[in-house]
Amino acid sequence: MVEVDSDLAARGAPAAVGELALPAPVAAVRGAIELRGLTKRYGDETVVDAIALSIAPGEFFSLLGPSGSGKTTTLMMVAGFVRPDGGAILLDGEDIAAVPPQKRGFGMVFQNYAIFPHLSVFENVAFPLRARRWANGAVAERVSWALELVRLGRFGDRHAHQLSGGQQQRVALARAIVFHPAVVLMDEPLGALDKNLRFEMQVEIKEIQQRLGMTVLYVTHDQEEAMSMSDRIAILNRGRIDQVGPPGEVYERPANPFVGRFLGEANLIEGTIAPQFDDGTRLVLPSGHELRAPSGSRCSGGAQGMLFIRPERIEITPGANAVGGPRDNALAGRIRRCAFLGNILRYAVDVDGTAPVTVDLQSAVGVAPLPAGAPVVLRWPVADSLILPAEP
Amino acid sequence: MNGGSAALRTLSPAAAAAPPDRTLLLLLPAMAMLVLMFFVPMVLFFVRTFIEFQGGRAEFIALARDLLFSQPYLTALATTNWIALTVTLAVLLVGYPIAYYLTTATGPSGSIVVLAIVLPYFTSIIVRTFSWMVLLGEHGLVNDTLRAIGVISEPLPLMYNRLGVLIGMSYVLLPYMVLTLYAAMRSIDPLLLRAAEGLGASGFYTFRRVYFPLSLHGVLSGALIVYILSIGYFITPALMGGQHDIMIAMLIDRELEVAVDWPAAALMSLSLLAVTLALYAIYYRVTDVRRLIGAR
Amino acid sequence: MHRGAALPLRIYVAAACVWLLAPIVIIVILAFSGEGYLHFPPSLLSLQWFARFFGDLQWQHALLSSLVIGAIACLVSTTVGFFAAYAFLRAEFRGKKLLLSLMLTPIIVPNIITAIAMYYLAGRLGLIGNFLWLGLCHAVIAMPIVLLILLAALHAVDPNLERAALGLGGSRLRVFCRIVLPLALPGILSAALFAFLASFDELLISLFLAGVRAQTLPVRIWNSLNLQIEPTIAAVSAFLIGVTTLILMADGILRHRRGRRRQTAG
Repeated sequence: MVEVDSDLAARGAPAAVGELALPAPVAAVRGAIELRGLTKRYGDETVVDAIALSIAPGEFFSLLGPSGSGKTTTLMMVAGFVRPDGGAILLDGEDIAAVPPQKRGFGMVFQNYAIFPHLSVFENVAFPLRARRWANGAVAERVSWALELVRLGRFGDRHAHQLSGGQQQRVALARAIVFHPAVVLMDEPLGALDKNLRFEMQVEIKEIQQRLGMTVLYVTHDQEEAMSMSDRIAILNRGRIDQVGPPGEVYERPANPFVGRFLGEANLIEGTIAPQFDDGTRLVLPSGHELRAPSGSRCSGGAQGMLFIRPERIEITPGANAVGGPRDNALAGRIRRCAFLGNILRYAVDVDGTAPVTVDLQSAVGVAPLPAGAPVVLRWPVADSLILPAEP
Repeated sequence: MNGGSAALRTLSPAAAAAPPDRTLLLLLPAMAMLVLMFFVPMVLFFVRTFIEFQGGRAEFIALARDLLFSQPYLTALATTNWIALTVTLAVLLVGYPIAYYLTTATGPSGSIVVLAIVLPYFTSIIVRTFSWMVLLGEHGLVNDTLRAIGVISEPLPLMYNRLGVLIGMSYVLLPYMVLTLYAAMRSIDPLLLRAAEGLGASGFYTFRRVYFPLSLHGVLSGALIVYILSIGYFITPALMGGQHDIMIAMLIDRELEVAVDWPAAALMSLSLLAVTLALYAIYYRVTDVRRLIGAR
Repeated sequence: MHRGAALPLRIYVAAACVWLLAPIVIIVILAFSGEGYLHFPPSLLSLQWFARFFGDLQWQHALLSSLVIGAIACLVSTTVGFFAAYAFLRAEFRGKKLLLSLMLTPIIVPNIITAIAMYYLAGRLGLIGNFLWLGLCHAVIAMPIVLLILLAALHAVDPNLERAALGLGGSRLRVFCRIVLPLALPGILSAALFAFLASFDELLISLFLAGVRAQTLPVRIWNSLNLQIEPTIAAVSAFLIGVTTLILMADGILRHRRGRRRQTAG
């Protein structure tokens, strides 16, 4: 019989009978995390400012932001390594402020992996089980299960220094999930890997997360990584959450210019918001040209605003006749330059009264890019446009 | 590739010859000094002593055998190793928590501990020994205090015996252990400890399974250096020991000063030197010799 | 979260510090005793033992011997050790680690053996009691310490600075004097201080080689301890402790400057 750690049992975990049977995908019932007004100050500086979040059991949730945005500090407070100056952290409805890190029962994957250099791969993965005083037989069984899961079945005897970066990453992953935690915390786990390996590991982590039905709280500064893996993303900026939502939503409907720019290439065309909005919102450029967006923007007439449009939504056609329709915005301009980025051609187009507009086109074999100076018309759907308040 | 380097070679014959780095010449003064004033006297002392020995080879071997199996020598050997081992263990046990504390301490409290380690470390050994003689003597501070508060009526024998040697030597050698341990502990990644705790290990379990094994390297280096210095020790045991605390170094000195027996002194020195160098070879294998005096 | 140690550890370390510092503090206090014998705590204070130390011709002579021998040892070992450290850091050659460990053997070899071997040679050469020779012998002991300190200190001096200077057309000697030496200076001074200290505190070699003429302070203390403990020794000890403290403070200042220089460099 295996001893189950008390913190799991206390939270109404399935009885210990299931511990040895390899787990069927868990219908996630535990692992809900709620942050209420979580705050951390270092001296005069507030690094995490009253963050509120609610993460559902089984959800893959990313904290995304530039360095210094407070994402890692938030994760370290959830893990219990940093003491919050205010607010509460709830795990399945219970405040865990007083629970020390080792009793919180989270799986953890660190930046640089934190593989114990003096232990074999097997003992690294067995570490959380031995710390919970599991019997040897049960440890062996569970460790080999975890190593199989990360496709390191034959590497148990190796030492950390004999492994590649990707393999160390897998060991860290196996070590974090071996005791079936309801929640796994990951702090930039792929930061040290090269690009190809990173993509491979993204797929693997996502698969394992879905198979085991665990909640993952994932910290990263890489927007592609966050978008490809997450159910929802919170974008952090200077200790505050700017927006929370599924990847598609935060990408297409950013709450402010910062989020728009942080999640990828974005055009933010400045102008004045027109007072009347019968069939949507209008933005008047300094040149007098009008651009439209669907209604629903939280902006009042007369204020400064920005029209947000992703470069890949814009069509580009040679010519000079820029007439917008009810469904399309159009602008006339001249090609400034064109950059070949492999799968896409990125144009910078000079337009009167605004900064150059970026346009991404799929590159195709045998199609010559438009020459610099060529007059073009830019056209994009009103439905893809969004009017945002100007940055303060 | 080949063509290019060939072209280079014809262009600059000086570079092609790859002259030996002239910076190496800067090693010469130090090496000359060491060889002439350290290695040569050492070799001379041994070789000349044995050459000048009056009598044949058989007699010399007999002398060596008699000496190295003689009661005083064997007793001193046992005493030396017993003291060295005890001192090593004592400074390890006393020093480990101090070194650990140093890795966590910041600010003024840390500076005070550093001072408490470094000031004795660089104070003359004879001064340090003298201090303990004043403290531990029959009318020393410790005995006086204990008598004054009525714990004892007769002075405790704290000096001119094994206890005095152990206290004095541990005091002198503790800084070596602490500085070596500190260097090893500082290189332990704190993230590993955090990882252990995050994965459910208690503080004690983390220490036992992660911290201590990772500090073992420093424990071994520290123990070796303290043991090496202990077995050759002279000043402290000579001043603070009693009749039964004759260590090898003292026996060597006695052969010279009292018996004026050069061959005996040379033989014993040779045996001590051999053991010391063997231990130093192990030290060389397990650690970085640049940490010998705890310099960073 | 848990920076700062647990309470039992703090108490233990505090006790250990008392144990480490008490002998030194007590000796310093005793040196100012106004009584006729070593009794702690002294009931009245005076400078009588210092007066006796500095007034006694033999102690004066011993102090002078220590200073002269220390100066010789310091000068020789620092010069020689600096060149060696520079070569170790800048030249690439096989067996570097082995050679370094060989050059450090004077620290490892039991002092009694070193002392006897040097005594043997000095006796043959008739150099017992010779100040210069004793200074050179101390330099042998001090050189490894200089080497270790400079290896650590010079490590921080960026070799690219030299390369840049050479590339800009400076001659080897000029670069060495204008770039290398000034950058290494705080480290060299530190090393020189500790080399002096190593000689100033050395006992065994002096004991064998000093003869009657070149008796140093530690030798005088040793002789006195073996005959009878006189309170003057407390004053001499306090003086030696004072020298050590001054040297540690000077090193602290030099270290600080070195740190600052490193910051501006990087």
